[in-house]
Amino acid sequence: MTSLNSEETAKKIASAFPGSVTAADKNAVIVDSKSLYQVADYLKNSAEFDFNYLANLTSVDYTDYFEVVYNLVSLNRNHSLTLKTRCYEREKPTVPSVVSLWRTADFQEREIYDLMGITFSGHPNMKRLFLWEGFQGHPLRRDYL
Amino acid sequence: MEIEKPAIFSPEQYDAAEVTRIVQLQQNSQQPIPDPDGWLDEELKRNVVLTTVDFLFDQARARSTFPFLLGLACCALEMMSAGMSRFDFTRWGLDIARWSPRQADLMIVAGTLTWKMAPAVRRLYDQMAEPKWVIAMGVCAISGGTFRESYSVVPGVNRIVPVDVYIPGCPPRPEALIYGINLIQQKILKDSLVRKHD
Repeated sequence: MTSLNSEETAKKIASAFPGSVTAADKNAVIVDSKSLYQVADYLKNSAEFDFNYLANLTSVDYTDYFEVVYNLVSLNRNHSLTLKTRCYEREKPTVPSVVSLWRTADFQEREIYDLMGITFSGHPNMKRLFLWEGFQGHPLRRDYL
Repeated sequence: MEIEKPAIFSPEQYDAAEVTRIVQLQQNSQQPIPDPDGWLDEELKRNVVLTTVDFLFDQARARSTFPFLLGLACCALEMMSAGMSRFDFTRWGLDIARWSPRQADLMIVAGTLTWKMAPAVRRLYDQMAEPKWVIAMGVCAISGGTFRESYSVVPGVNRIVPVDVYIPGCPPRPEALIYGINLIQQKILKDSLVRKHD
């Protein structure tokens, strides 16, 4: 499987959705969280990219901001791409959900909500996955005890 | 060629033969019949042992302790190993590994217990029929182990269910599990039928 050149891919995304790409390096494309769903929809449904498989969905706490990482794979075209989005809100970070595009995201987004506290707007069942309801805090955050 | 004729008896000869048979039978039946239970007095002394009900039940229970394998984490693999042919805890009477708490006597808590799993473990313990015993296998089950300070791990299953034997190790070797089972058996042998669980 080849990894797509993310700088070139970022240019293509930027020409399709002006202002959506905030940064791009040789590892990943970073898009604005407001236009994340449109970009994900484009990456999944366009014939050129055809990312029909969400291999992994995770998040990182950089203390200044949260980063949500999407590892996209196309099983038809045999290529992959790392897509990221950032969320600078600390109290109630929100990122659009991609469950309607990839069903895999259902439990992954619930896990991120449970352990990192990022809400995914548009998720059909946004509640804790591993911990019980009523648990105080989100344990994978850097500022958790 | 002369054909040999079969012997033909007259009715008188038949009667005479019958009389002799009956008289012989009568004479033979005159001896006293030996007592069929006569041997018992001697054999009872040699073969019957009197004991207490407690002793009998304790021996039976200690030698047929059906385990309820509650494999929660990596200790479960050592428990499986202890059940397989190399170590084979069937030799100590743990004949059938039960996956239902209602048919088990001994709960082996093998592995890390999380708070989310804890209500299920308590419920399974409550579903087991008396008498019942619990083994806490591995350092996670004893005290939480490495994850003692964690937000999600129960620091010791004795906070959830009463534990009879603790087996330290991370994970304990199958020999250690078998030694713990032997300790449980020693404990069972000291029990009484009128024991009350709390």
